[in-house]
Amino acid sequence: MLGEGILKGLAETAKNFAGSFFSAERLTTVQYPEDRIAPIEAARVFPILIYDGLDWEAGLRCVACQICEKECPPKCIFIEKSKDKKPDALGKQQFYPAEFDIDISVCMSCQICVEVCPFEAIKMDTVYELSTEDRFQGLLLDRRQLARPNRYFQQIHPTDAGVVDARLAADKVKSDAKAKAAVDATAAKAAAAAALQSVTAPKPGEGN
Amino acid sequence: MTTPGLARRKSKLDDWNRPPVILPSGDGELLEVAMGPHHPSTHGVFRMDVALDGERVIRLKPVFGYLHRNHEKIAEGISYLGSMPYTDRLDYICPLTNNWAYALAVEKLTGQEVPERAEYLRVILGELTRIQNHASSIGFLIQEMGASGTPLMYAFREREKILDLFEALTGARMMCNYMRFGGCRVDATPAWLDATRKVVVGLPAFVDEFEQLLRSNEILMARTQGVGILPPQLAVNAGVTGPMLRASGVNYDIRKVDSYGIYNRFNFRVPLGDHWDVYDRFMIRMLEMRESIKILEQALKEIPGGPVMDPKAKIRGFRPKPGEAYGRIEAPKGELGFYLISDGGTNPYRYRVRPPSLINLTVLEDMCLGSDIADVVLIFGSVDIVLGEVDR
Amino acid sequence: MREKGLKTVEEIKAAIEAAVPGAGVEIVPNSSPSAQHSLRLDPRHAAAVARFLRDNEDLALDFLSNVTGIDWPDKEVAEKVKVIRPVTKKGDGVEQTAEETVEETRKRVEPGCLEVVYHLFSVAKKHGPVVLRMRTVNRTDQVELPSLTPVWRSAEFQEREVFDLYGVVFTGHPDLRRLLMWDAFKDHPMRRDYVEPDDFEYEPTAHDAVLARAAAHQAAHQTQEGKGSE
Repeated sequence: MLGEGILKGLAETAKNFAGSFFSAERLTTVQYPEDRIAPIEAARVFPILIYDGLDWEAGLRCVACQICEKECPPKCIFIEKSKDKKPDALGKQQFYPAEFDIDISVCMSCQICVEVCPFEAIKMDTVYELSTEDRFQGLLLDRRQLARPNRYFQQIHPTDAGVVDARLAADKVKSDAKAKAAVDATAAKAAAAAALQSVTAPKPGEGN
Repeated sequence: MTTPGLARRKSKLDDWNRPPVILPSGDGELLEVAMGPHHPSTHGVFRMDVALDGERVIRLKPVFGYLHRNHEKIAEGISYLGSMPYTDRLDYICPLTNNWAYALAVEKLTGQEVPERAEYLRVILGELTRIQNHASSIGFLIQEMGASGTPLMYAFREREKILDLFEALTGARMMCNYMRFGGCRVDATPAWLDATRKVVVGLPAFVDEFEQLLRSNEILMARTQGVGILPPQLAVNAGVTGPMLRASGVNYDIRKVDSYGIYNRFNFRVPLGDHWDVYDRFMIRMLEMRESIKILEQALKEIPGGPVMDPKAKIRGFRPKPGEAYGRIEAPKGELGFYLISDGGTNPYRYRVRPPSLINLTVLEDMCLGSDIADVVLIFGSVDIVLGEVDR
Repeated sequence: MREKGLKTVEEIKAAIEAAVPGAGVEIVPNSSPSAQHSLRLDPRHAAAVARFLRDNEDLALDFLSNVTGIDWPDKEVAEKVKVIRPVTKKGDGVEQTAEETVEETRKRVEPGCLEVVYHLFSVAKKHGPVVLRMRTVNRTDQVELPSLTPVWRSAEFQEREVFDLYGVVFTGHPDLRRLLMWDAFKDHPMRRDYVEPDDFEYEPTAHDAVLARAAAHQAAHQTQEGKGSE
């Protein structure tokens, strides 16, 4: 019968139309922005800088090694190294970025900066509602706008944060143990020197 | 599958290496129409300068370059790894297969080995990409026929599920940047594999529904059968690859010919077309979706444990030794190849993308000559191009 | 690449030289693990060699997959040469002139060229790839090469692209004009010495160097180029 194919197709469409009143499978539209789709953990949008503790400037993990700047494919990261140093989470003196700008109108969210960072300092955020009215300066984020506490990173990427925190904690334990060993060694040497001093020094009252 | 009573328009091509000259009838002037670059049916910014006699196409010249970003020169200025996110943006509907082709070419250049689990993940993601590409391509073709988006939205419903899987694994729905030289960037968790199995279980029902909606639709058959015939000798000589070549009856699927990766472990067939027309290209894509589902089921069952990255692979400071290599895969659009020349530095000396969409368009004029202008839209849609790949 | 049944590069060279006498085929080894060695063709016999490769029953290379252009710029080469020169030496207060061999460093410019590489496969026999190469004489005025479009139609758009981006003129191509750039464009973008025009970026970004060049260009030309959106 001519038209049989069209009728079969219309039956499919009718099934979908009727089904959309009953099953969530058939009605897949989400009325954004009133409803939102559940965020997926691994999503990546634009980079952020992580800081430990409460002070974003003192706790910033970035040491301005500029590896991310070199590896970024569209060259959207601009770093200026500081002249002085500040102590990092392990107590070591490190440079820090005096300027750290990311031009998010250029950034293509490829996440290569995160992959190459040796210090777990730069991670990917999941916020995508970033429209501004200023097309040029408004999309050039400086380090103050990029800084986020570690708490925030644990909230958006719990699995990754767990791995990173474990690794940094292990590093801290190792570094503390080394520092303690060094302190003990110096203390032992000082005690030995003092003991030697007291043996060879003239007893008070003697001599003359 | 032809409805009795509809005459098949025979191909006017006799010398298959030279398009024939169609003379206009009567004494009318030729109407020159520019289809594009702003056009809802040209799959991107693409122009065709068409000369018409009434409704018949006398001459058709494609004009490229509206999306040219000189990707090949950018790649000469950044490292090998830095080019990987740019390959996502070539055929932007299928980013993971672009990643795979590039990773394969670099692995040929350096001789790196890929761990088994990574190969299985590559196959799973590659076949998921193929399914969502073919579904979208059929959807767009039907939309251009005037179906106002209903089949397209059915295809997109499945595509959303697949893109959510991509986001959960790679971090991004489309620009995945997932394959690396020597494996894949991150491992898939058991939860992800379960979610994938759930999606794959629902796919045969979707393909059945999709086919039921479209396959015997009389309007579709009348508009696509006998239209845009491409003889196989011309197809091979013009370098056409992918579903378009197989719809012309040529049995050449790079997954079977080269057996790159671990494709020789999977049991799947290669559908071929009999009539070489637009309807065949549409049905080939439908059948290839079913074959991809078969491969996915096998791969998800057999995926082993283990690492997903070659432990000796370097992320930074990657310097392949001097030499060159050409690596190719069966991308959903055709043969996607990368030709790399290394001079021992961190950046490639020459980086060339073999774009299947551009080369499949070589025969656009031959297929469209003598047909009506309405058929041009369908024939062009059946080639299934993406401008990101044509222009790079 | 499955190569069972495909001859080795040496055998292909021998077959070509037997079929097309005087063809002048050279093997170019490939040092990477892919071992895809290539054959350099003499442009005068390239069309005949191509037809032989396509029509021969054993090779049946009926599918041209990829046409690539490569730019080899001029290279400055410094080499040490031993020359015999008269040298004046002072010995025991007496000046003597004698012929001696002296080492000199000579600098010369090795002219560059443009190269085109063809990757061939066989759909009938399912083997490949066979890689062919051709070089132009130099990069400036002698840039012609024979077109292989009459043999393999898939070269049509790819050779147009090599012409557009590198400047290689393919003689015998049915329709040689620019592919990706517009017809009135001058210069060839993929060459190594290509310089972008000053005003190609219109929007201010944080890339100060580009901004400075664009500002300088506009000041120099005093035109009304829109800088970003109003």
